[in-house]
Amino acid sequence: MLDGILTGLSTAFSVTNILMVIGGCLIGTFIGMLPGLGPMSIIAIMIPVAISIGDPSTALILLAGVYYGAVFGGSTSSILINAPGVASTVATSFDGYPMTRAGKAGKALTVAAIASFCGGTIGAILLMIFAPALASVALLFHSAEYFALMVVGLSAIAAFAGSGQVGKALLMTLLGLIMATVGEGALFNAPRFTMGISDLQSGFGFITLAMAMFALPEALYLILDPNRSKTEGASGEIKDLRITKNEAKRIAPVIGRQSIQGFLIGVLPGAGATIASFLGYAVERNIASKEEQAEFGKGSVKGLAAPEAANNAACTGSFVPLLTLGIPGSGTTAILLGALIALNVSPGPRLMVDQPEIFWAVIISMYLGNVILLILNLPLIPYIAKILTVPRTFLIPFILFFTLMGAYIGQNNSTELLILVGFGICATILRFADYPLAPLLIGFILGSMLEDNFTRSMDLYGGLDFILQRPMTMGLLVIAASLVVLPSYRARRARLRQQGVADGD
Amino acid sequence: MALDRWIALIILMICLTYGYTAFFTMDANLAPFMQRRPIWPSTFPKVLAVLSIIAALSILLGFEKSIGGPKEGDINYRRLQDYKIGQAAIILGLMIAYALFLRPAGFLVSTVSFLVIGAFILGERRFFILVPVAVVAAGGIWYLVQEVLGIFLRPWPFFLG
Repeated sequence: MLDGILTGLSTAFSVTNILMVIGGCLIGTFIGMLPGLGPMSIIAIMIPVAISIGDPSTALILLAGVYYGAVFGGSTSSILINAPGVASTVATSFDGYPMTRAGKAGKALTVAAIASFCGGTIGAILLMIFAPALASVALLFHSAEYFALMVVGLSAIAAFAGSGQVGKALLMTLLGLIMATVGEGALFNAPRFTMGISDLQSGFGFITLAMAMFALPEALYLILDPNRSKTEGASGEIKDLRITKNEAKRIAPVIGRQSIQGFLIGVLPGAGATIASFLGYAVERNIASKEEQAEFGKGSVKGLAAPEAANNAACTGSFVPLLTLGIPGSGTTAILLGALIALNVSPGPRLMVDQPEIFWAVIISMYLGNVILLILNLPLIPYIAKILTVPRTFLIPFILFFTLMGAYIGQNNSTELLILVGFGICATILRFADYPLAPLLIGFILGSMLEDNFTRSMDLYGGLDFILQRPMTMGLLVIAASLVVLPSYRARRARLRQQGVADGD
Repeated sequence: MALDRWIALIILMICLTYGYTAFFTMDANLAPFMQRRPIWPSTFPKVLAVLSIIAALSILLGFEKSIGGPKEGDINYRRLQDYKIGQAAIILGLMIAYALFLRPAGFLVSTVSFLVIGAFILGERRFFILVPVAVVAAGGIWYLVQEVLGIFLRPWPFFLG
């Protein structure tokens, strides 16, 4: 292993490769900030450039740099304008945007940069140590376990629902799942619920829905109430970049836990950064003290650090099945697999033995990429946060324009823009009535994966027997149930305690 | 009845229609070999329909009490007339117009118009800043998307090719 690391170090630290990481991170960060262009599309666009380089290590290092940059860039638009262009940064906006609204945009971006750095670095260390062993564990996960894992992901909605909100959160999740069934599913070659509209054949676009649920209602709120935009973004507040000692103490354990948890989830093929970020947020909210729990969703540094650390660690984790088994764990790594094959590299168990310089150079480039991202981004934060000092008469049309472009670029279809406006109006009305919108989007994102895995398990076991026959599935479902029950149990206990105090116990 | 319960009623209607389709019409044309599978295309929607009807009813019938009124900083829908509802409606109309004109009018013309008119509606009158900013932004984004990223965006109106 030491030989491999040394080979990797010498490859990754060549001038060309360092320049590639820097270039990749910059390109990824800036394009990733545009809502609608996630890591997957940016990497797909960069493939011809990477292939033209010729050297597989250098090409892969460039693509890995683009990947990290894009993940970080995506968080920036979530935090600043509540427009998560990628599913994995949806959870970032839950606390990132409230921080921006409270005039702490600079601090939010700093926390995100540091959490991403730590998540990515810890993930890279874990990848180096455990890659071969984890690959065999990941293979134990079958459709039934994936189904159960998705149910755990959906149960995380319990974390988003405050008291008195559980029913609404559940209804929104179910509505998201219902919306995910529109169009032609992967396992049934028949269009469902398309109402004869051919544009719905491929279902609703994720980005359209994400923009409609978050960015558009926020922009409409800013139009409706001009005072909303006056509270944030004053130049004095942008200086407030530093994290206090107390905040550092609070987020350190969160980052540690979520880096490990995120990495482990990222290793599972199909799970990826999205589930890692939602679960990370849910777990941290559930284990936080009561006072801290009340802060979640209102600008908690813990609530921001958790999904950021988790999604970056999961991105690193998703390289485990790719590099060790040749199985892409996510859409992004699937595109990377395509690039590897085009570069005449066949990932799989033999990669570490046959071409160690590639395997280790990529891992070393992960450390390098994370360090470079931090060095590049920390000084840029005051300038990025200055976006918010732009007058609202300019800012709002631009937010709306980026929202529209995000939906348009992905599908190249103007109908998508009309759907966006329609859903945006519905989402705004739902927000008026205090319905949480995040569960709807989570349900939509996990819906098709959930149904596919459920269908496969039912097919394989001829019915629901898979729950009883596979202990890991059962275990995960128990965890899911406890995730739903725990908040209600806590609320009940608190109520009983209050009654006890009132009775003079 | 409060707005959240009205919304629950509308969602209930949607779920009932969805459930009706899943239970009664979807499987009509199912191929015989598909009918022997333990799971049909309608299985998952059926489960979802039942669960969502229960969830919508629980809100409609008020099983769970919502706590507190509108949150601080949120918009009170009962006093919508106090907000800039007209501006919001015009901006939404502008977005629909953008969607309809994006292809025929071309990206540059429709985007510059959208940004300028949008800012004008919101009260911006400094056209000497507004127009150049809109032109540079639209041109920059077009160059990035079309020339750098290779995603096709027709720049000019259809009659200019």
